[in-house]
Amino acid sequence: MTKVRSGLDRRDFLQTSALGAFAAVTGIVAAPAVLRAQGASVKLGVLHPVSGALSYSGQQGRLGATIAIEEINAAGGIKALGGAKFEPMLGDAQSTPDGGNAEVEKMNAAGVSSIIGGYASSICLAASQTAARYDLPYLVDVGVADSIVTRGLKNTFRFGPGFGVIAKTALDNLVTINDQAGKPAKSVMIVHEDSLFGSGLAKLLNAQLPGRGFEVLETIAHPTPTRDFNNVVLKIKARDPDLVIPADYYNEYVLLARTMQQQRVRPKGIYSVLGGAASSYKFVKEFPEAAQYIMDCNHWFDPRNAKALALKKKVEDKGQFYTYEVFMNYSCVLLLADAIERAASADRAKIIAALESSTFAGHLMPYGPTKFVNGQNQGAAPVNTQVLGNDIQVIFPATFASAKPVFPMPRA
Amino acid sequence: MLSPVILIPAVLNGLLIGAVYALVALGLTLIYGVLHIINFAHGALLTAAMFAAFFVHRLLGLDPYLAAVLLTPLFFVFGYGLQRFIIAPAAHGEDRNILLVTLGLAVIIENGLLYAFRADTRTINLDYAFRVIDLGIVFLAVPRVVAFGVVIVVALILWFVMSRTDTGRAIRAVAKEKLGAELSGIDVAHIYAVTFGLGTACLAIAACLLIPTYYVNPQAGNAFVLIAFTIVVLGGMGSVAGALLGGLFVGVVESLSGLYLGESLGQLGIFVMFILVLLFRPNGLFGERI
Amino acid sequence: MTARLLLPLLLVVVALALVPAVVTSNVALNFMVTVLLIALVGQGWNVLGGYGGQYSFGHSAFFGTGAYVTAILQVRYGVNAWLGFALGIATGALVGAAIGAVSFRSGLRGSYFALVTLAFAEVLRILASVTPITGAGVGTLIKLDLRPEALQFQSRVPFYWIILALVAISLIVARVIEASRFGAWLVAVRENESAARALGVNATLMKVSAMTISAAITAAAGCFYAQYFLFVDSGIAFGPWISVEALLAPIIGGIGTVFGPLLGALVVKMLGELAKLVAGDAPGLDLVIYGCVLILVVAFAPRGVGGVFHEFYNFVSRAWTPAPTPMRRRDG
Repeated sequence: MTKVRSGLDRRDFLQTSALGAFAAVTGIVAAPAVLRAQGASVKLGVLHPVSGALSYSGQQGRLGATIAIEEINAAGGIKALGGAKFEPMLGDAQSTPDGGNAEVEKMNAAGVSSIIGGYASSICLAASQTAARYDLPYLVDVGVADSIVTRGLKNTFRFGPGFGVIAKTALDNLVTINDQAGKPAKSVMIVHEDSLFGSGLAKLLNAQLPGRGFEVLETIAHPTPTRDFNNVVLKIKARDPDLVIPADYYNEYVLLARTMQQQRVRPKGIYSVLGGAASSYKFVKEFPEAAQYIMDCNHWFDPRNAKALALKKKVEDKGQFYTYEVFMNYSCVLLLADAIERAASADRAKIIAALESSTFAGHLMPYGPTKFVNGQNQGAAPVNTQVLGNDIQVIFPATFASAKPVFPMPRA
Repeated sequence: MLSPVILIPAVLNGLLIGAVYALVALGLTLIYGVLHIINFAHGALLTAAMFAAFFVHRLLGLDPYLAAVLLTPLFFVFGYGLQRFIIAPAAHGEDRNILLVTLGLAVIIENGLLYAFRADTRTINLDYAFRVIDLGIVFLAVPRVVAFGVVIVVALILWFVMSRTDTGRAIRAVAKEKLGAELSGIDVAHIYAVTFGLGTACLAIAACLLIPTYYVNPQAGNAFVLIAFTIVVLGGMGSVAGALLGGLFVGVVESLSGLYLGESLGQLGIFVMFILVLLFRPNGLFGERI
Repeated sequence: MTARLLLPLLLVVVALALVPAVVTSNVALNFMVTVLLIALVGQGWNVLGGYGGQYSFGHSAFFGTGAYVTAILQVRYGVNAWLGFALGIATGALVGAAIGAVSFRSGLRGSYFALVTLAFAEVLRILASVTPITGAGVGTLIKLDLRPEALQFQSRVPFYWIILALVAISLIVARVIEASRFGAWLVAVRENESAARALGVNATLMKVSAMTISAAITAAAGCFYAQYFLFVDSGIAFGPWISVEALLAPIIGGIGTVFGPLLGALVVKMLGELAKLVAGDAPGLDLVIYGCVLILVVAFAPRGVGGVFHEFYNFVSRAWTPAPTPMRRRDG
């Protein structure tokens, strides 16, 4: 008897799943039609990896973008289009290039005017390329790989700095800060994660530092995730460098800094590059001691910009941390809104043309007026920050600085 | 450069971190040894336990070590329920289905945590987390030393349970000869669930030992899964003593290969060893099963 | 091999070939490309796991080899993309043969075999993340060059044809294996290895051959991935995600059946899309729903979705053919 019953159950199941499949297919086909039916609005694709390995950064990026969209809409939308509102279409790249690609396809089908985001270089590479098939403007929020803007894609723009600029700035500023302090640091150890940004950076530093008067004692690569930093710290302890240069993602950075504190390793300075934690309010709040005096060369907002500080308060009031993903994405949306305003159209080609001629200066970053050459914003550069007290201060370049560098670290 | 000054601390660190690996592996090896399944949900369950330890500290102000007393029985019950009421009924006793069900559980747990708590990395700042024992040439982190001690005790208790109690004998009987055990009146479904519960309880303890020096986010537990598999294989699948020794051994190997080859390439050492053991001593380096 | 055996296969492929004519939406086309890609990876796994009974957790080793070989040959050695594609498949097959030979000669089976494949994949992933030739952590980017000679196309449609052709070939391969003596031996080894050996079947050779074919099919999927997305890094190529997709599709669809992987890939990917529709924009919620449905599918279709169809088909055909006591027959 049981078999008969289970047979019937399976038939029911089959019907349900057939219905489900039908709904999925019609859903895919019908969704764009529904969206198109809505009135005067400008659709904007907001693509981030909000699930999977990169989900924290992705969620922060989405936060920044959606706040900007809400603010623009609340302030009357796009004036040149009769106050048309931004209608965000949120996409989850699921932390993979193919996930990003599939979302771009959906966004295109839904008729978005343009797309911002991507976060990781690998996602940006795949997503912008797919967008290029439809001449769909793609504004990269963070993705630092230089290859993103060197492929000759007309639709792809990057507001933030690329890897080459970041590494060069980091190096120049390090030399300057060291010179200003009377050259206390002569030897260096580099600790980096072993994917694109860490390895690339380590390679550059190894090539450049010796010529600038530093001796690189050792370069230590580690995978993400790394469970334990005791060995790395042991090596640092044994070689006793003046300066430690970490290039890691947030979690590993925190573990490294905590282990260094635990093992009583205090070099003259910790100078990180795009250091996941060094310019993170979260890290400063949770581990003030381990974070103290750490310098970083990273994406950072202009501390004199009132809008940037207002956004900081807004984000913190939401119980979130003001990370670079937030203000970079916020700025990207403003930049895009300006382009659409000037194009006076949601037409893709016109938006691309407007971006190409953009001189937008109303963003939060210390970049000056925007100017794209081959898709790269020329003014984009990282700045140097340092954890001082319970805050993160900009210490370099002097034009934006809110404090003087404390280097070498005072001995406790 | 590899003077004793650096070698000895590296070995000691390896032993300390290896103990925690061993605890994660203990859970895995028990489940494997008895149910003969590869539990894809192990990492996600560890993550869940770490979240539990974090929130018990955050909300009840309970120290993670005290939280272990609360969470261990809780996770035992959770594991028991998972096996008894979800995995077993859904899998119909087919190995490949168990694979999919545990995979499904892993996806649900990991993303349920992501949905509920966002992807934020969370840490606990305890003052003893930075305390060290000064042995002259090496500072040993207090939480690591505590963890080492606890793991040894847990392994001893587990060994005692397995070899001296009726439940332990029943577990071993089911592991060796399922049909025979069933015929002699042992409730196999119950024993399976008990084993799964024990394995999950090990994870709760491991989570409480990890959280003072580690972090938690919805992916955190996954970092320990592959290494736990390696240990299970080295120690012989299903062996408690093997998992403990294997864990310590892998900890030291990881530490030393990290020192010689660098952290990235150092991971290679572990997997090469893993392959070699599988190829030449598939019953593990430390032979005996439960 | 009779026409009757190939007919259903032909019908399915023709039906799929009509998709671009009916569906103009690139979303749907891209969705179908993803489904076929997973179907291909899954068919690779199915040849070894389904027919041979050897469950691998490390099919990313072959996927990644295909992807990297295709990419590296083009980028570093200027080899033509089509040739690179073929060489990628060949290298994947070689890697499969090597891993298979080493593992099966040592007598590894069951979970031991599963774990050793996982370890091999991890070794390759770590090597790819540190060796300069793969671009180490940076990965390898294939230059955008939208010419058919470079195996890149402006439109999605040619990619769809290519992946469909590959899937069609893999279906034929599976069908040929099923009907051949090799297939019979392979199944014999799966069902009872010592009995098969006693009857004179060279079990190790059977398994290594199956793994070689399996690896070649999966490597083809890797080559396609590299060419479609033009970017490979160690996590994409050798990460565990593809090993999981590889076993998910055939087990869900019906293990050891010709259409199982294709059916499974379609079901799995549709579930993913459906879950996204239901869950909206909340991160993670769609995957929670997906996981739940996955468990429910396993619970209610323990022999795969294909098994359900099969049963349904049997039920219908019995209902059409008058039988003296149909109910009792179903009970028995």
